[in-house]
Amino acid sequence: MGDHIELVLPARPEFLAMVRAIVTLIAETGSKLPGPRIDDLRLAVTEAFANAIDAERRKPDDQRHVVVVRCDLDPDLVAVEVHDEAGGFDPDALTPHPDVTKPARLQFERGLGIPLMRELTDELEFRAEGGGTTVRLVLTAHLRG
Amino acid sequence: MDLGLAERTDAGWTVLTVSGEIDIATAPSLRERLHALLAEGKHKLIVDLDDVGFLDSTALGVLVGALKRARIDNGEVRIACAQPRVLKVFEITRLDSAFDLFDSVEGAVRGAQG
Repeated sequence: MGDHIELVLPARPEFLAMVRAIVTLIAETGSKLPGPRIDDLRLAVTEAFANAIDAERRKPDDQRHVVVVRCDLDPDLVAVEVHDEAGGFDPDALTPHPDVTKPARLQFERGLGIPLMRELTDELEFRAEGGGTTVRLVLTAHLRG
Repeated sequence: MDLGLAERTDAGWTVLTVSGEIDIATAPSLRERLHALLAEGKHKLIVDLDDVGFLDSTALGVLVGALKRARIDNGEVRIACAQPRVLKVFEITRLDSAFDLFDSVEGAVRGAQG
């Protein structure tokens, strides 16, 4: 692995635009991912960070609410880990929603984030770590689709 | 960062032009405006996303919610956008099959796709 960059950010929605801007700049500077893959990374990181904010919101107000973002860079690969300290969850335990082509899917306004991350990344991993959840997103320079 | 929301009417359609980035920080203002329009009886909506630089799953959820509410009153929500970056998010989630997507507001008003 090449460069490693770590950010600690408040778990608040107003920092979300900043996080994706910084991670985008990091990937543009430290890797050779093509533009469309940088766009995929920007969206996947936003989804992961938004989930971490949601998880942190469930903690009592007097606890520390931060999200750690770790970026590992190689020319042809960017790995980003988004870590919260909010107790963890099991993505496999989520109830699948009806297919989007079914009218019943319109009853659900949430639940699109994780399927979106799966589509955007070459590798997606959720792991319990240090009292919370770490989401690992790996994107390679290889164009998908 | 605030979301730009501008409203006008065109041939019986209410056109809401959105500008900026839509995520969990800004989606609530879009949700409020859409719900307000629907509550006012404006059930024929065109959401113009051409000036949106970024959109995530929260934004899609808001649009799905508006579509659901509009359909209760036999209304419709059409999306106008020609930006590949934004359209890709609809395609990946397959919501391009739930919404009527048009490449311009003019096309959405006419009901002409592509």
